[in-house]
Amino acid sequence: MTTTAPPRPTAPTPPAGPKHSEPARWRRLLPTPKFLILAVVAVVIAYLSIVPLYYLFWGTFFDASGFTFSGFERAYGNDQIFSLVGNSLLFAAGAALVSLVIGTGLAYLNVRTDVPFKALFFAASIIPLVIPGILYTIAWILLGSPDIGLINHYLEPIFGRAVIDVFSIWGMIWVEGLQLSPIVFLLMVASFRSMDPSLEESALMSGAGRWTVFRKITVPLARPAIVAAILIMVVRSLESFEVPALLGLQNGTYVFTSRIYFVLRNYPPDLSAAGALAVGLLVIAIIGVVVSNFAGRASKNFQTVTGKGFRPRPIQLGKWRPVAGVLIIGYFLLTVIAPLLVLLYTSLLKFYAPPSKDTMSNITFDNYKQLAHTSDALTALKNSLILGLSSATLVMAFMAVAAWIVVRSRIRGRKVLDGLAFMPLVVPGLVMGLALSFVYLRSPIPIYGTLFILLISYCTRYLPYGMRYSVTSMQQISNELEESALVNGASWWQTFRRVLLPLLMPGLIAGWIYILVVSFRELSSSILLYSPGNEVLSILIFEQFENGQFTVLSALGVVMVLTLVVLVTIAYKLGAKVGLKQD
Amino acid sequence: MLEVQNLIKSFDGERKKRRVREQQSANGDAQARVFAVNDVSFKVAPGELFTLLGPSGCGKSTTLRSIAGLEQPDSGVVSVGGTVLFSVGVNSAKSINVPANKRGLGMVFQSYAIWPHMTVFENVAFPLRVRSRKERPGKREIAERVQRVLETMELLQYADRHATKLSGGQQQRLALARAIVVEPSLLLLDEPLSNLDAKLRESLRFELKRLQRELGITSIYVTHDQIEALSLSSNIAVMRAGEIVQLGKPRDIYENPQNKFVAEFIGTSNFIDGTIKARNGDRYVVETPDGRLTLDAALDIAQGTEVVVSIRPEAVMLTTERPLDAVNVWEGNVTTRAFLGDAVDHVVSVGKRDVRARCLPHISHAPGTPVYMQMDPAKLALVPVD
Repeated sequence: MTTTAPPRPTAPTPPAGPKHSEPARWRRLLPTPKFLILAVVAVVIAYLSIVPLYYLFWGTFFDASGFTFSGFERAYGNDQIFSLVGNSLLFAAGAALVSLVIGTGLAYLNVRTDVPFKALFFAASIIPLVIPGILYTIAWILLGSPDIGLINHYLEPIFGRAVIDVFSIWGMIWVEGLQLSPIVFLLMVASFRSMDPSLEESALMSGAGRWTVFRKITVPLARPAIVAAILIMVVRSLESFEVPALLGLQNGTYVFTSRIYFVLRNYPPDLSAAGALAVGLLVIAIIGVVVSNFAGRASKNFQTVTGKGFRPRPIQLGKWRPVAGVLIIGYFLLTVIAPLLVLLYTSLLKFYAPPSKDTMSNITFDNYKQLAHTSDALTALKNSLILGLSSATLVMAFMAVAAWIVVRSRIRGRKVLDGLAFMPLVVPGLVMGLALSFVYLRSPIPIYGTLFILLISYCTRYLPYGMRYSVTSMQQISNELEESALVNGASWWQTFRRVLLPLLMPGLIAGWIYILVVSFRELSSSILLYSPGNEVLSILIFEQFENGQFTVLSALGVVMVLTLVVLVTIAYKLGAKVGLKQD
Repeated sequence: MLEVQNLIKSFDGERKKRRVREQQSANGDAQARVFAVNDVSFKVAPGELFTLLGPSGCGKSTTLRSIAGLEQPDSGVVSVGGTVLFSVGVNSAKSINVPANKRGLGMVFQSYAIWPHMTVFENVAFPLRVRSRKERPGKREIAERVQRVLETMELLQYADRHATKLSGGQQQRLALARAIVVEPSLLLLDEPLSNLDAKLRESLRFELKRLQRELGITSIYVTHDQIEALSLSSNIAVMRAGEIVQLGKPRDIYENPQNKFVAEFIGTSNFIDGTIKARNGDRYVVETPDGRLTLDAALDIAQGTEVVVSIRPEAVMLTTERPLDAVNVWEGNVTTRAFLGDAVDHVVSVGKRDVRARCLPHISHAPGTPVYMQMDPAKLALVPVD
C-alpha cells in the first residue's frame, strides 16, 4: 500500500514518461505514516527523559558568570555535610535492613513452611499500593509520636515515659522499613519459589539440622536475590521523600531528599544548591541501580532454576507453628490494621484525642461532610483524576508504539530508546521535580504554574512502567500474527491497530491502571511543581498535615484509600494475565 | 535390614477433610478415602537392591520419602537394622518419629540437588562436616574419606571444580558420592537416572549396579522405568494407587504377572480372555474365542474359571509353514510390520483380534502374508480377571 517496502526484486522498470514517474517520486520523498508515528514517539520519549536532566546539570553548574561550583559549595560546603551523608546512608541502610529481615523471613515462612494464615501474606503485600506513603507516615505519627501517639499513650503508664519516638532517625528507619518490607517479600517469594526444595532436603538427609540447613544452604542460595533486594531497597529509601520530610524535618534530621526540599522552601530558593544536592543523590542512585543490575546478572549464572515445576513440599513447623502464626498476625496488625484503624478513628473525631469513652460517644462524620463542601478537596480530587487518567493514557499509548520499536523492529538504536524510557526510573521524584522546574522556569511557554507541568512530570516518571508493561505483552504476541496480517495486505498501521493493539490490550490496561494508582500517591515531584489552586490529593494532605488538621486529613486519607482499593482490585483482576508487578 | 509395616499416608490436605469423611461414613454415604500410600509393608534383606516400581502418582516416591523422614506418614512402622525410626498408630507403643537429619540414611534425589554454591569436594564433605562435634571426624580424615569416595566415583580430578560445571552424568555420580560418604546403612535412590539421556542412562545403570554390589549397601530404588527395575533389582515391588500389587524377583514378575496391571506395566503383552477347559497338574488348557491355548502355571485355578492369558510379543514365533509337532499354533495374517533395529515387530490379525509378535531381526514378513503363530506353553502366563 505505502512505499515502505525494501528494494523490490522486480525487473528494472522501463523508462516511463515523466508524467508517470513524477507523482511516485514525489510520494517517495514524503515520510510514510509509519515513519511519522515512530519518529514522533521516539522524539517525545527522548525529550521527556533527556531534557530535564540536561537542564538540571546546566542549572547546577552554570550561572550568569559561566561554569561554577558555587552551588556545590553552598550545598556541601559546611559541616552539615557529614551529618547529611551520614544520616542518608544510615537511614537507607537501616530501612533496607529492616525491610530485608521482615520481608525475607515472611517469604521463607510463606513459601517453604506450613505456616498458618497464608492468605494474609498477600493481603499485606499489596498495602504499599493501597496506602500512599504520606498516609502511612502520618498514620505512624498518630501511633508513635511522643506527644499524641497511641502506642505511647498506652505504654506510658507502664514505662513512665514515651516509649517510642517516630521523630528520630530510628523512627524513620522503622516506618520506611515497614513500608518497604512487602516489596522485599515479593522479591524473595519469587526467589524461594525458584529454589529446588530437594537442595534443602538433601542437606537434611546429610544429617544437618534445620538451622544449619538454613545457614549453609538456603541463605547462600538466596544470596543473589538478597543482595539485589538490599540494593533496590537502599536506592528506594534514598529516594524516599515522605518519611524524611514528615518525620525528619521537625527535629532537623536531614537526608538528601528532605535537605533539597528544605533548601527550596527557604526564600529565595537556592536553585543551584538544590541542584547540587540533587546531582549528588542522582549519582548515588545510579550507582545503586547499576550495581544491582550487575548483581542480578551475576546471579543468573549461579541460580539453579531448572525450569521444572517443583512440587511444593512445605516444611512442617510442628510446635513452632503457633508461634509463627502469632508473628504473622502481629505483623499484619502492626503494618496493615493499626495504620488503617488509626486513620479511620481520627477521621471520625472533631479534635484529635486518644480513644476513650468520651471520644467514642462523640464520633461524627463532620470531617467527611466538610470534605464534600470544601472546594479544595474537590479540586484536588478532580486534579488527581485528570492527571492520573491523562498520564496513564498518554504513557500507555506512546509505549505501545515504543514497545513495537524495541521488540519488533530492526531499527538501529532501538536499544537506545529502551534505555531512554528506563532512565526516569533512576531519577528520584524530587530530583525530577527540580529538573523540570529548571526547564520550565526558563521556558517562554507558560507551562510553569499550570497542571500541565505536573502532567509532564507524571508522564516522564511513569515511562519506565509503561514500557515494561507493553514490552512484556508485546513479547507474548507471536511474530507470525503480525506477519500474516502483512502478507494479507494490511499496511503497518492497519496491522498495528487491528491486530497488535487488540492483543496488547490486557497488558496495556493493566499498565494503565497501575499508572493511575501510583499517580494518586505521587508527592515527591508534585511538591516542587504544584502551584496554589493546582493541588492534587497528596499535596492537599501534605498541606493539611503542615497546618495540623489531622482529623480532616484522615477523612481525606480514608477516601483516598477506598478509591485506591477499588482501583487496585480492578487492576488485579485485569492484571492476572500479564502479572501486575510491584515496582 | 529395612522393614516397613502398614505404612499409610493420605494426600496433603486430606487430613483436614478426614473428619468430614468419617462423619459421612457414619451416615453410610462415604466416599472412599484417597491415600497416597495405603497399607504398604515390605522387608529388605541386607545388601539387596529393592525397587519400588510404578507409574507416576502410585505412591512410590511418597513411600521412599517416608522412609527418609522427609514426609510424615499417618501411621505405620519404619525400622532400619532393628532401630525403629518411625512408629505411629501401633497399639501399646509410643509414637516415634526420628527427624530426617538424625536417621543417618543416604539419599540421591531426582534432580541430584547438588549445591551450586559449593565445590565438588565441599558437596561431598558436607555430610561429614555437619555432624555433631563428638562424631565429627578430623579435618584430615574428612579429606581422606572424601577423596576415597571421589576416587571410587572417578570424580577426583574435579574435586575443586564448582559443582554446577559438571556434566549430567558427573552430577549424578557426585550425588551418589555425597550419599555414600558417611557409609549409610541404607541408601535411598529417587529416580536417579531419569534426568539423563538414554545412552548415558544405560551405561550408568550398569555402573550403579556394579557399585552397589561392590559396596554392598542396602538400597531402595524408586523408578517408573521397568527396564531399570528389571535390570537392577534383587526384588521389585510394583505399586499402583498407593498399594503394592506384586512383590517378587524381576524374572518372576516379568514371566508370571499376577494381574493385568503388572503384565501391562512391565513390558508389553497381548491379553486374551478365556475359560479354563482342562487342568492336569500345572498344565492348563484355556479355551478362547480364537482357539485353544495350552500353558504351564504354578497356580491353583479351578476348571471353568474365567481367566486372561498374557502373551509376551517375544513369545510368539512366526513361520510361513505350519510347524510340526507343536502345541499352540494359530493361523493369521500379518497386517503391519515395523523394523526396530534389534527386532522386527509384527501385528498379526487372528479372527477379530490383533496379536503383536516380536521377531529376531532376520525374520520379516510383509503385510498380507499368511503366517503360523507358535507360542511356547512355558512362556504364557495366566492372569486372574481383575
